This record gives sequence, structure tokens and C-alpha cells, in this order.
Amino acid sequence: MRWKKALFYAAAAVFAVWTVMPIVLIAMAALTPRQELYSWPRQFIPENFSLESFRFFANSHGVLAATFRSIAVALATVLIALLVGAPAGYALARFRFRGKEAFRIGILMTRMFPTSLLAIPLAVIYLKTNIYDTIGGLALMHAALAMPFVVLVTSSLFLKVPYDLEEAAMTLGCSRIGAFVRVSLPLALPSLVAAGIYTFVLSWNEVFASAVLTVHNRTLPAHIISTLNVSPLNFKFAGGFFMIIPALIFIFLVRRYLLSMWGVAINK
Amino acid sequence: MSLLRRIPLPILLLSPTLIFLTLFFVIPLVQVSGLAFQSPDSVFTLSNFDRMVSDIYFDGALRNTIILLILIIPVQLVLAFAAALIVNQRRRGSTFFLYIYAIPLGISDLAAGLIWLSIFTERGYLNSILHNLGILERPLIFLSSMTPKWMVAAIVLTEVWRATPLVMVILLSGLQMIAKDYTEAAETFGCTWWQKVRYVILPLLKPSIQSALIMRTMLAFQMFGPILVLAGRQLPVFASESYYWYTTVRNPRVAAAYALMLMALSVVATFLYLLLLRTKDEQVGVM
Repeated sequence: MRWKKALFYAAAAVFAVWTVMPIVLIAMAALTPRQELYSWPRQFIPENFSLESFRFFANSHGVLAATFRSIAVALATVLIALLVGAPAGYALARFRFRGKEAFRIGILMTRMFPTSLLAIPLAVIYLKTNIYDTIGGLALMHAALAMPFVVLVTSSLFLKVPYDLEEAAMTLGCSRIGAFVRVSLPLALPSLVAAGIYTFVLSWNEVFASAVLTVHNRTLPAHIISTLNVSPLNFKFAGGFFMIIPALIFIFLVRRYLLSMWGVAINK
Repeated sequence: MSLLRRIPLPILLLSPTLIFLTLFFVIPLVQVSGLAFQSPDSVFTLSNFDRMVSDIYFDGALRNTIILLILIIPVQLVLAFAAALIVNQRRRGSTFFLYIYAIPLGISDLAAGLIWLSIFTERGYLNSILHNLGILERPLIFLSSMTPKWMVAAIVLTEVWRATPLVMVILLSGLQMIAKDYTEAAETFGCTWWQKVRYVILPLLKPSIQSALIMRTMLAFQMFGPILVLAGRQLPVFASESYYWYTTVRNPRVAAAYALMLMALSVVATFLYLLLLRTKDEQVGVM
């Protein structure tokens, strides 16, 4: 029994090191001074740590603006995706109606669409309608990418809030909307927030559509990818690590909901 | 207001999503076909596809898209299954390991590409280790058109590192739906650990494996960041070619043709998985 336990922890630790090590490496690379990055022989652990690369990255032309734009796009994405998608999720959880299965399958089918298939024609449409290269236009695109996820996740989380509670509130004199706002919504709120945070990360990380739908008003990933060929290593490493930081925080915040979100979103 | 009241509530709640999905999925699909199958003066033509297929990057892009898929998916599936089994042991610390393993879920493919660039670049960690071990005097160049195998290796490692957690989470939630009675019965009859995994858990997990494979394959077809960071156009794939044709060549029609090819591959792959891994009702295993 004892060697079984040892084997379990050994395997678990190996996998943990494999997952964490690359993040430690990029953090070290981001904190290595430029001169040392290009020197040979190069030490595995840098001789001195410095914020030089970070400062260089943050002060590079366009980075700060791109960061704020990324945040604005992500916030708008969360707002649109939840406002449009959550009512549908609620309907799927609470009502029986004709075409429900068809609607569910339709939602699942949207997963087959590659981002490029949506982004390229949308770029052409956006150019004609003057929303090309805007925060709102990109947020709409990101909301479309997040929509299937939001609908399926909200439907499963409203399923977990017993309908009896809503009915009880209505017999006690609440209106339908009042029952929802006072009973179901507060109970579902933590998971709703988790889904919103996940949507935020999805938008913050998205590269292809951002690079295609913006030119001057780049988001951070779009800015980094379009300057790849001209940017030095210290810019790339500092940029890479900088992009990871919010993702790490958010994953930590939603850690308890990871399984329930992905479980329902995928396993039907 | 009185008009709104006459519409049944479910329809009212669903309609925003329906309108949104029509605007952002159906219309682009129609538009992309229009771009790919028409000349600039809206006459039906196959010339965009001609141009795509006769381009010098096309054969490479087709080959690389498929090779990367074949190298990445099986490794990922095995690793993810192992990780899911570890977390599902419910020993002390299992949850802690789950949170650790899930970290790459929040990391974009672009950032993941940059991480592995710090390892594989000329003055990177890999060369540094090899030098410290005394194997190398001068740094090796891994990421160039002279070393395509190293480039593929770097991209495969990046994708395996970044996207295995996604497969793990899907498989884990499948594992947790398997009723304890099955595994307990297997133990009562004296099954070894391996027999339990092979004859009880794996068959019951088939629906989750199927969803994970479909999901992962579609995302692998779209992989884009690591390609641009680690290889650029030296290792073209469909997604990156679509990007280059739109941004560099400024020809949305050929870009649209590539996007349609990608969609066709996704659809074919999905149906293949559905066909090859057909699940029977009794395999769902939920009690």
C-alpha cells in the first residue's frame, strides 16, 4: 500500500513540474536583463534579475494603449455575451418548448466554425459598415465566440437552482420577474460571475480575430503578433509573461468552477 | 408592451441569442462562401481555389496541418487521461493537483508560443542546459527552415503543454459521472488496477473521450499563435495561411477559401469521430 502511495505522489509531482516549469522559465526570462539574454554562454538562472525588460515592454510604442483596449474589449464581450446568452440559458433550464433539442444542437454545431471562417467575412462586412477597427466590433465577434459556452453553462447552472424556490416566491406574492431577481439570480450569481470571468479570459487571449479585425486599434495579442518580426527577445518574453499574469489570477479565482463549467459545456 | 406580452416567454428569452447567432454565424458563413466562390464582380468562379491550391505554400500547409494533428492528439489524450486518473484518486492533495494542472487553461496559444520560444531560441534554456552538461560548445539553432523536425517538435510540445488540461478537465468530469458501483464491482471480483481501467473505466468513458477528441481536433486545426511565433511561414498551416492571405497579401477571397477548407476538415473529422466511436446508450454509465 505504501509504494502505491509513493507512486501516486511521484506521478502527480512529475506532472505538476511539467505544468509549472515553463511558467517559471518565462518569468525568469522576462526578468533577465537584455544583455544577458543575448550572451553566450548563457546561465540557466540569470545572474541578476531586473525589471529592465518589463519597463522596455511597457514603454514601447502602443503597448499601454493596446492593454487598455484589450481590457475594454474583454469587458464589453462579457457584458454582451451574458446579456444575450444568459436569458437563453435560463429558458433552456426552465421551460419545455418545441424545438428545444434543435436549438441545443444548433448551439453545439457552432463549435465547428473555425475562427477564421467568421473573422474574415466579418472583416469585409465591418469595412462596409464602418465598425472595422473598433472596440465594439471586436467585442461583438468575441461575444459570438463565447456565446455557445455562455448559453450552455448558464442553462446548467439555472438547472441547479430548484424551480420550487421560484414558485414559492411567486405564491408569496412575487411577480415572475421579482421571483427571478430575488431568488434565482442571487443563488446563481457566483457561477454566473465565474462564467463571466472565463469569458473575459477568452477575449483577453484571442489572437486571430483580433489581428484580422483591427489595424490601428490593436488589442495586446494582436499588437504582439503583428510586431513579431521586428521585436527583440526581451520584448517578446516580457510581453508573453505579462499576458499570462491576468490569466493566472482568473484561473485561481474560478478554480472551484472549472469542472462544473467545462463538464457541462462539453459533456452534453 | 401588450405586443411583447403576447409572445410566449421562452421565445422572448431565446430570441436575442437566435438573432445574434444568425448575425454572427449564418451571415458570415454565407458571406465567406460568396467571397471564396466569386470574382470581385460577383461572378461564380473557382479561381480563388485554383490560386490557393497552386500556391507554393499549399501542399506544405495541408501536410503540416495533418501531421501536427496526428502528432499532438494521441499524446495529449494519453497524458490527459493519466492526469485525470491522478486527480480522480481523491487522495489528500488531489484537488491541489487539479488546480495546478488546470493553469494552462487560461493561457493563450500566443503566450504559450512565447514561453516555448524562450526554451528553443538560439540563446534559450535548452541550449543553456546542453552547454552546462558539457554536450555543446556552440549553441544549436533549432528554429530554422534547416531544422524542420525541431520546429515541429517545439510546436507539438507547446500545444501538448497548453491544451492537455482542457482534455483532462473534460475526461475528469466524465470520470466523476461514472457510478462507483461499477468500479467497486470490479474490485470485488478481484480485478487488477489495469483491468479495472481497461475493461470498466475506458468503455464507460467513451462518450467523454469522443467529446474531448472532437473539441480538441477542431481547436488543433485552428492553432495559430505557436506557428507564427516559433516558425513563421517556414511551417505553414491552413490557419496561418488564411491569416497571411488576409493581412499580408490582402486577398480576402483566397483567405476565405482557406477558411472554408478548414471548416470542411473540421466537419469531416467530427463525423469520423462520431462514426468510429459510436456509443451505445448503456455506455453512458450514469446511475
